[in-house]
Amino acid sequence: MITSRKIGTRAGSINVFEGGEGPDLLFLHAAGGVNAENPFLQALAKSYHVRAPQLPGYGDSDDSDNIHDMLEVTLHTFDVLEKLGMSKPILVGHSLGGMIAAEMAAVCPNDIDKLCLIAAAGLWLDQYPVPDIFTLLPREFPEYMFHDADAGRAMMTSNGNINDPAFLIPFLVNNARQLGMAGKFLFPIPERGLKDRIHRIKAKTMLVWGASDKLFPAAYAHAFKDSIAGAELVIIPEAGHMVPLEKTEATLAAIARLR
Amino acid sequence: MKFTWFNLMPWPHLPDDFRETNRSVWVDIDQALFDPVKCHDVYNDYLDLLEYADQLGFDGVGINEHHQNGYGLMPSPNIMGAALARRTSKAAVVVLGNSIALYNPPIRVAEEFAMLDIMTGGRFVGGFPVGTSMDTNFCYGTIPGLTREKYAEAHELIIRAWTEKKPFAFNGRYTKLRHVNIWPNVLQTPHPPIHIPGGGSVETYDFCVDNTYSYSYLSFSGYLRAKALMDGYWRRVAEREVDNSPYRAGFAQTVFVAETDEEAERLYSEYAFYFYNRCLHVYPGFADAPGYRTIKTIQTGALNQYMRPTYTNMTWKDLVDGGHVIAGSPETVRQRFEELIKSLRVGNIFLLMHVGNMPKELCKYSTKLFAEKVMPHLQNMWPEFDDDGRFWCKPLAQRAIPAPLPAATPEMVPAK
Repeated sequence: MITSRKIGTRAGSINVFEGGEGPDLLFLHAAGGVNAENPFLQALAKSYHVRAPQLPGYGDSDDSDNIHDMLEVTLHTFDVLEKLGMSKPILVGHSLGGMIAAEMAAVCPNDIDKLCLIAAAGLWLDQYPVPDIFTLLPREFPEYMFHDADAGRAMMTSNGNINDPAFLIPFLVNNARQLGMAGKFLFPIPERGLKDRIHRIKAKTMLVWGASDKLFPAAYAHAFKDSIAGAELVIIPEAGHMVPLEKTEATLAAIARLR
Repeated sequence: MKFTWFNLMPWPHLPDDFRETNRSVWVDIDQALFDPVKCHDVYNDYLDLLEYADQLGFDGVGINEHHQNGYGLMPSPNIMGAALARRTSKAAVVVLGNSIALYNPPIRVAEEFAMLDIMTGGRFVGGFPVGTSMDTNFCYGTIPGLTREKYAEAHELIIRAWTEKKPFAFNGRYTKLRHVNIWPNVLQTPHPPIHIPGGGSVETYDFCVDNTYSYSYLSFSGYLRAKALMDGYWRRVAEREVDNSPYRAGFAQTVFVAETDEEAERLYSEYAFYFYNRCLHVYPGFADAPGYRTIKTIQTGALNQYMRPTYTNMTWKDLVDGGHVIAGSPETVRQRFEELIKSLRVGNIFLLMHVGNMPKELCKYSTKLFAEKVMPHLQNMWPEFDDDGRFWCKPLAQRAIPAPLPAATPEMVPAK
């Protein structure tokens, strides 16, 4: 059972999903966002006391003009942690959420001691240019996000008629709010200097990657592993960038190794 | 009325199968389609045409800024403006405009516009577009969600640089300068008139009213489709309780003039199709980076011009009947312009007279007919606003004239 509540921050009112019992876990969502029905969030709640804040601009969180850059979103997330009264939770981030989690662990290495980065953004390899997600049309997303694009298409909810204003306008508003915020950290190149700070991470770190991730191919997993002392890497077969949805149990098993 | 002869400077050598074999005319257009030797001639022809428009008595000659774009060969319109400053003498040089969020630091715009203002002797009108998402976000890497904040800061800096006639410190988020003191500074007071190209962002209406800037709708889809948007602008002007001078607004219109309507179709349809089919072939994924438009604008339903209409199946009749282009005999063109000017309530017209791959001589033919047989009948459409000088330039009465070039002497001829 996932519930939600609002907390006040400098960046406005923030919506936080919460559920489950067990060790504290903070989950930071990807650029696509998270909702209460998210199967991965529900699976986490079976073993953890999970909290998942929505970034400003996402879902029921306020839009915010106070967040401009990586440092501000990193400190914002620490503020959320503080408001939730959490201390040293298991910090799990997916994609953009992984980028923020890695920043947090690098900026305050003594405050984060268990870290799981799932298909994290934040590094850039010239040999493997990350596709420009900001140019993708809605119908193109499944191909990039999932190992099994057809199954992924069924999982994504944006199957409305793009020529119908009743669908299009809310869709574009949602896109503008969410990706408008995500773009502050990901556009046009999803790299904001983490490479110069990542060596500071002290947390026990688990890296989880889909073997067929088309956004951040496995070379990125190895780049993270090479940059974080003692990091363990689990590459999950038959999974793409949305590995927490495509291989939920395997992702949970990897996180469990942090306990 | 103020008629500006405007040239987008399109690349005229896109192949017949461009649409089928390329995904976009903009952003990631194929480098193999570009030829700098041909471009040498293209630039020369386009400057010739703008200079010709000056000779024929158009009020302005207009140019604009685009990047990585097959229909706009001017990443730096100020360079073209400088060329025009020397070889035109009467028309305003209308740079519409510089995308001020893209200049680092933005005082570069204040400086270059000041130079153009002075070089032309005050025959200068400037513009500050936010810039399309293609240019601003995808080509120049500005973060979509921060574009408008960056624009607003650049605007404040430029206006202060022009109007505060002493050094000042500027502590912006995007630009920090301890000693702002541009030198040379603008000729016109308080600064050159500014036109703001907009595409339906409601915030832009207020911005124009607040600053006494003219709002320009630079659509390619013609005046009939523009009515709803311009009505929205005028409603806002009324709500703000400022005067409704038509010079508060401008509109861009594609136009072709011939002796008869039939001749217009015969002479020009090929070039109209080139423009509407090849030049406007923009990949939809580049049209609107999420965060570029404000939520308020999206909610009004003013969606991007590149999502519709689709021109691929349009006939000449569709283009003309739909008002996308105004074409025909001088009388036909005059009538439709009267309708345009009255229905949109605009005092500034940006005439897209060179279109696509149109040959220079043909363009001159159309331009001359417009200048001689259409424009004189339209110049007095808003007599009650004749004295509204707020939105047009104020040139010096006595302007310097470039000296004639000295006759070539043997020692000036390069050695073989």
